[in-house]
Amino acid sequence: MNYTSFGGRLFTAFNYVFLISLGLLCILPLVHVGALSFSSSTAAGAGIVKLWPIEFTWKSYEFVLRKKEFLHSMEISLQRVLLGVAVNMLLTVMLGYALSKESRVFTGRTWYAWFFVLTIFVNGGFIPWYLVIKEAGLLNSLGALILPGAVPVFNVVLLLNFFRSLPKELEESAFMDGAGQWKILWRIFLPLSLPAIATIGLFTIVGHWNAWFDGLILMNSPDKYPLQSYLQTVVINHDLALINSTDITMLAEVSDRTLKAAQTLLGALPILMVYPFLQKYFVKGMVLGSVKE
Amino acid sequence: MSEKNGFRQLPLHLMVLPALLLVLVFSYGPIAGLVIAFQKYSIVKGISGSDWVGLDNFRYVFALPGTLDVLWNTVFIAFMKIAAGLSAPIVTALLLNEIRVEFVKRGVQTLIYLPHFLSWIILGGILIDILSPSSGIVNQLLSGFGIQPIFFLGDNRWFPYLLVLSDVWKEFGFSTIVYLAALTNINPTLYEAAVVDGAGRWKQTLHVTLPGMLPIIILMSTLSLGNVLNAGFEQVFNLYSPQVYESGDIIDTLVYRLGLVDAQYAVATAMGMFKSVVSVLFVSISYYLAYRLANYRIF
Repeated sequence: MNYTSFGGRLFTAFNYVFLISLGLLCILPLVHVGALSFSSSTAAGAGIVKLWPIEFTWKSYEFVLRKKEFLHSMEISLQRVLLGVAVNMLLTVMLGYALSKESRVFTGRTWYAWFFVLTIFVNGGFIPWYLVIKEAGLLNSLGALILPGAVPVFNVVLLLNFFRSLPKELEESAFMDGAGQWKILWRIFLPLSLPAIATIGLFTIVGHWNAWFDGLILMNSPDKYPLQSYLQTVVINHDLALINSTDITMLAEVSDRTLKAAQTLLGALPILMVYPFLQKYFVKGMVLGSVKE
Repeated sequence: MSEKNGFRQLPLHLMVLPALLLVLVFSYGPIAGLVIAFQKYSIVKGISGSDWVGLDNFRYVFALPGTLDVLWNTVFIAFMKIAAGLSAPIVTALLLNEIRVEFVKRGVQTLIYLPHFLSWIILGGILIDILSPSSGIVNQLLSGFGIQPIFFLGDNRWFPYLLVLSDVWKEFGFSTIVYLAALTNINPTLYEAAVVDGAGRWKQTLHVTLPGMLPIIILMSTLSLGNVLNAGFEQVFNLYSPQVYESGDIIDTLVYRLGLVDAQYAVATAMGMFKSVVSVLFVSISYYLAYRLANYRIF
């Protein structure tokens, strides 16, 4: 393909500029907020901070990282991520494996499959969901953040399609050698599916880290909030009741604005750190089964 | 060796069991709970103790003053998001396809995919700051052009468009990469044939690229039909305020306020059920269409 015409080269130039700007547009707002978080309160308030901190200071971060509510909510988030992802992955792998068998071999497989897939389309809505969790006695506990969402059906479908793409001979020969289903799953299928599982695992981690609504609704007191729920009340909702007296004196030195910026950035940090790995697995993830988010 | 050997199957059933129980309780339980939409539900009396009132709750919620706005907003915003959410990625994928320098291509993809991974808490925090009428950077830039500060998030004329724009900004990266993958699957000989026939870049796009992408475009379009009433609760909840209820309140936020703030559980459930029923209808249509037009099966 020859693009030697003037129009062609103009287009190419514009294309590069446009796309690179588009890419930058996706990251600059975050950079700007990052710059704010490292700037002094006066500089931030004056509206002069663009993409680089002015009057660089760590004060906002010091303040935030000493706030026990913030640290506590981080701790809760870490707990829910660790436990939640473990539960999710375990169930996803077992269910994905079982459902990947054909109904000749596994009676009732089609019923099971429909049972789970139907839940993607039909749900009872917020209120009944809330009431069920309440009746189960899970309100205000870590279980509320883990159990209701324990079976991510989309991921199960992805994984089952992937398992189906593995050659049947593997299973057959293992049976010949006297292996049971468990052994086949753990010893054979699992090691072969590591990229798929890593991809699903990473998305699950991101999902749990970013979850905020369940924490907000299902917890009775702010000291049980995971990080994003806590941030919701402090950065977005700006619940003044959560500010105590020691905060007020400190607020003289850092401003509300830089504090929010620092907290926002800290909330995004784990994702940013994990992102390069997500990128690496994403391409592989795109070819798993029928891909949609 | 018998195919339907019972022993072989038992472990499989056991593998399904825990997930089955959890889904039964937490996904089907609430579906059963929809019955309270038809009751004068009192949390003290529970489901069995509450009276049956038929469609009264539905009549009540549809008669509320703001409901018409809510319904219109939901459809309007959802539609715009679907339209923009389909066109932006296609255009971007086409443009990206023209990039020859590999690292620019991959760099841009990496950047545009990032907002998808940030929660609406983070993005909401960022948007609230940069759109602030007093010191936000957007208004700072506008004042350089002599434009008065605009309170974007508090103005009914701007708010819905802001919702659509920021949502596209967040999500277009993901779809772009899907379309780009489809683009790379187009047979290069088709392009060569087009060049031989004298087609320039533009004609090639029109006659080779777009038709090549048609299956995936159809697929993505039909799949997004199911979202016709999903205007995006997480986003709206974090960006809205009473001043913009008129243009920004959607079904989900109304259900949230009625149910979880006012504790009018039955009424909120009625509205939620309405949304679910309509959504299921559209999702079924969309999956049927996807199956017919693009041969798409779920499993």
